[in-house]
Amino acid sequence: MKKLVFIPLALFLVLVFAFSIVLLRGRDPHEIPSPLINKAAPAFQLAQLHDPKTTLSAQDMRGKVWLLNFWGTWCIACREEHPWLIEYAKSNAIPIVGVDYKYSSDTSDEQAAAVQLLAELGNPYALTLYDPSGRVSIDYGVYGAPESFLIDKNGVIRFKQIGPITDDVWRDKIVPLAKQLNQ
Amino acid sequence: MKRVTFAILASLCLATAIVAQVAQPLEDPAIEQRMRNLTKQLRCLVCQNETLADSQAPLAEDLRREIREQIKAGKTDQEIMAYVSQRYTDFVLYNPPVKATTYLLWFGPFVLLLLGIAFLFRYVKRRRELIEVKPLTAEEHRRAERLLRQM
Repeated sequence: MKKLVFIPLALFLVLVFAFSIVLLRGRDPHEIPSPLINKAAPAFQLAQLHDPKTTLSAQDMRGKVWLLNFWGTWCIACREEHPWLIEYAKSNAIPIVGVDYKYSSDTSDEQAAAVQLLAELGNPYALTLYDPSGRVSIDYGVYGAPESFLIDKNGVIRFKQIGPITDDVWRDKIVPLAKQLNQ
Repeated sequence: MKRVTFAILASLCLATAIVAQVAQPLEDPAIEQRMRNLTKQLRCLVCQNETLADSQAPLAEDLRREIREQIKAGKTDQEIMAYVSQRYTDFVLYNPPVKATTYLLWFGPFVLLLLGIAFLFRYVKRRRELIEVKPLTAEEHRRAERLLRQM
């Protein structure tokens, strides 16, 4: 009967163990896995940031392995990612298509701000598109910019990065996967 | 002092209520009502403990706009919920569907309840077995009678 005294302690230790496993795995609990992995990339047709008369659709990128990067000048983490993207773009491994987007509550001139930012800090994008209503970002389930999608030759999303693409994610995940998809 | 604090708190609450009202665009009240009912059942992804109906995040505002437009386009509630969960997973549904991955979530509490009841029964039964029924001795009988007479 006295052994029962230790049951609460044992339960507590089990809980400590369970919590520490989850915490030490280092996964951000706010990150939700994308339901779009291994599904067709949602269709879109967007005007180019620098040339609003020319549009690009997801269909136009068929046959290429490419990276779709959602960003905005209002997004601090995107600014952090920017110099890294320039580095990655230099390697010519994967064409990066940027989508500059904003929320409808944001009444500033995002397009002008984005053009200026790219002129000042350099442009890592093979093409930059402009999504003034944020609709395409909603279709891609973007909720924490920057977010990036690696899309294969058949227009299927193979990988998603929420937040800046860090050095190790680029080197260990995106580049090897792109290489494999390009074969 | 308490009264002052209360007054400040109350005025703060009122102020946010007014701000929220002003922020609401002038829309058909029937559509607004349906939109509110739907977004109350959805989680905002920016502030993950808030509903889409209450969140002031810009993304939540745009999602409410999308839902409003879907209502105007004549979509059913199920279609709209599917529209949101296809993009942001079942995680955003405060009322998640019953399926293999959510069995533990739905039935786990009942399993725990049953386990608890089983444990309780066993415990009560064991305690009952511990109680021995001993008949009183002659001496004890006499003492009991004496005590009863004194009452």
